[in-house]
Amino acid sequence: MAKRLDLKDVDIYYGDFHAVQDVNLSVAPRSVTSFIGPSGCGKSTVLRTLNRMHEEIPGARVDGEVLLDGEDIYARSSDAVSVRKTIGMVFQRPNPFPTMSIRDNVVAGLKLAGVRDKKKLDEVCEASLRGANLWKEVSERLDKPGGGLSGGQQQRLCIARAIAVQPDVLLMDEPCSALDPISTLAIEDLIDDLKKDYTIVIVTHNMQQAARVSDQTAFFNLEATGKPGKLVEIDDTATIFSNPKQQATEDYISGRFG
Amino acid sequence: MTERTTEQAPPQGPRDEDPAAGSATLDTVTDPGPARGGRSRGSSSGGRGERVFRGLTSGSGLLVVVAIAAIGLFLLVQAVPSLMANNANFFTSPLFDTRDPANLNFGIRDLVVVTVLSSLFALVLAMPVALGIALFLTHYAPRRVARPFAYVIDLLAAVPSIIYGLWGIAVLAPALLPVATWLQGNLGWFFLFAPGNLPVLTGTIFTGGVVLAVMILPIITAVTREVFAQTPRFHIEAAQALGATRWEVIRMAVLPYGRSGYIAGSMLGLGRALGETIAVLIVIRAATTPSNFSLFDGGYTFASLIASAASEFSQPLPTGAYIAAGLVLFVLTFVVNAIARVIAGGKVNG
Repeated sequence: MAKRLDLKDVDIYYGDFHAVQDVNLSVAPRSVTSFIGPSGCGKSTVLRTLNRMHEEIPGARVDGEVLLDGEDIYARSSDAVSVRKTIGMVFQRPNPFPTMSIRDNVVAGLKLAGVRDKKKLDEVCEASLRGANLWKEVSERLDKPGGGLSGGQQQRLCIARAIAVQPDVLLMDEPCSALDPISTLAIEDLIDDLKKDYTIVIVTHNMQQAARVSDQTAFFNLEATGKPGKLVEIDDTATIFSNPKQQATEDYISGRFG
Repeated sequence: MTERTTEQAPPQGPRDEDPAAGSATLDTVTDPGPARGGRSRGSSSGGRGERVFRGLTSGSGLLVVVAIAAIGLFLLVQAVPSLMANNANFFTSPLFDTRDPANLNFGIRDLVVVTVLSSLFALVLAMPVALGIALFLTHYAPRRVARPFAYVIDLLAAVPSIIYGLWGIAVLAPALLPVATWLQGNLGWFFLFAPGNLPVLTGTIFTGGVVLAVMILPIITAVTREVFAQTPRFHIEAAQALGATRWEVIRMAVLPYGRSGYIAGSMLGLGRALGETIAVLIVIRAATTPSNFSLFDGGYTFASLIASAASEFSQPLPTGAYIAAGLVLFVLTFVVNAIARVIAGGKVNG
C-alpha cells in the first residue's frame, strides 16, 4: 500500500477534443498532492485518468504513461476494473449506496474482492470507520441505511469505504464542495491522519484548503476555451503559495483571475 | 390587474440529478425559499388570468375524479338488481347462465380463475424478459443499437390486439402444441399442468398467457428502462470506483434504485393483462365444464365473457349480471394499479 505515482507525457482526449496536454508529475508515497485551477482546466479529468474512471465516457483515451510504483496502469496486462480495486476514489457528492446498511457500504469493496469471512469483514468495517473518524457516531447503528446520515457523515462513510480495501492511492474529487464548514474541517483533519498510511491526490476549488492539507500543489490552467488544459506548475505547497515561478500561478492564487 | 407587485416564486423544477450540476447538496430539508409574504394559498392574488387558469386546472382534475366515481356508481346501480335476482352464489358458482331472465344463475368463480391464471402466467413470462431487455438497453447495448431497439419494443404496444388474437390462434397455438404436450406428459402431476377442461391443448389459458405476455412486454420494458436509465450517475460511479464489473454495478447501484419502478411497471402490465379483451376472446376456447385450476383449461375471462355477450344486452336483468362481472374486474384492476402506485411512490406515469 501507499505507492508512488508518476505521470509521464500524459495527454487526454475525448474523441477529437484534446482535453489535457502533456502532464508530467510525480506523487510521493504518504503525501498529499492537491490539484488547483480554474473550472474546465482539466484537473478533475487528470484525476479520473489515475484510476481509469474517465473511460466510462465514450471516446475518452489517454496517451503517455501513468506509473504506479513503476507499473503502467494502462499496460495491456492491466484492466480498468482491477486498477480501481487498488486506487480508491472519493467523489464531490457523497455517494453511499442508499439502500445498503452502513456496514455493507463500508465492506462493499471487500465483498467485490471476494472476501466472505464475516469476522474479517466486521474487523475491517470497524477499523475503516475508525480510520474515517466515524466509528463513534455510527457504531450503534451499523445496520441502518447509509442514506440516513448527514452529508458530512456520508462523505466520511465514503472515505471509510474507499480505505477499507487499503488502496495504493486515494483520489478525492472536491470532497468538501458539498459540505458545510464544520464537516469540511472534519474531512481536512481526516486527510491529515490518512496521509500517514496513504498516498492522496485531491482536487479542490478552495485554495485555502489546498494550502492547509497538501504537501505539494499542482496548478492547472487553460489558455482559452476549446484549448487543452495544461499543468502550469507543480511544487511544494509553501512555494506555490508564497513564491510561484509562473506569472499565471501568481495571478490565480492572488485572485487576479479564475 | 392591480396587484402586479406580488412576488413571483421561482419555479421549483424537478430535482436536478445531473452530478455535473455539482452544487446540489443532499439536504432534503426544503429551502423555505423567499419570504412568501404570509399570503395563504388560494386567496386573492394575481390577476383575473390567474383565477381563470386555476379554475380551469382544478376543474379538469375534478372532472376525472367525478368520472371515475360515476363509472363505479353506474356499475353498482346497474348490477344490484341482477345480483338480487341471482339464484346461484355470485362468488362461488362456476356457471354463468343468463338465458332465462326469470331464472338467473351466474357466478364468477371460473372468470376469476381464468382471468387471474392467464394474467399471472403472462406476468411470470414477461417480467424476466422485460428486465433483461431493459438492462440490455440501458447498460449493455451501444447507443446506436439501443435507440432503434427501444422503438421496436414500443412498436409491440402499437400492434392492435385483434392482430395478437389472430396470431395467437393461427400461428402460436399450433407452434406451442409440442411444448404443451411435453409439459402435460412430464409435469402433469402438478395442478397447473394437469389435464384441463378442453379436449385439445390449443387455445388454452397457456396459449392465451403467452399472447398476453407479448402484449404486456412493452409496457413493463418501457417503465423499467425509464427507471434504470435514471439511476443517478454518482451511484453508478460509487460502484465503478470500487472496481465493480458491469454486472456488479447493476447489482449494487441500478437494481436497488430501479426495483420499485420495475415492480410498478409489472403491476401496470398485470393491469393490462387482466383487462385484455379481444385477443383473449379469440385465443382461449370456451369450456363446457368448470375449471380445474390448470393452465390447460379453457373458459372466459371477465373481459372476454362480457365482450362475447355484448350483442345480447337487450334485457336489463341479464345485462346487469354482466355489469356485475364488470364491476369485479373494475375493482380488480383498480386494486392492482393502486398497488403499483404505492410501490412506485409516484414515480410512474402509466
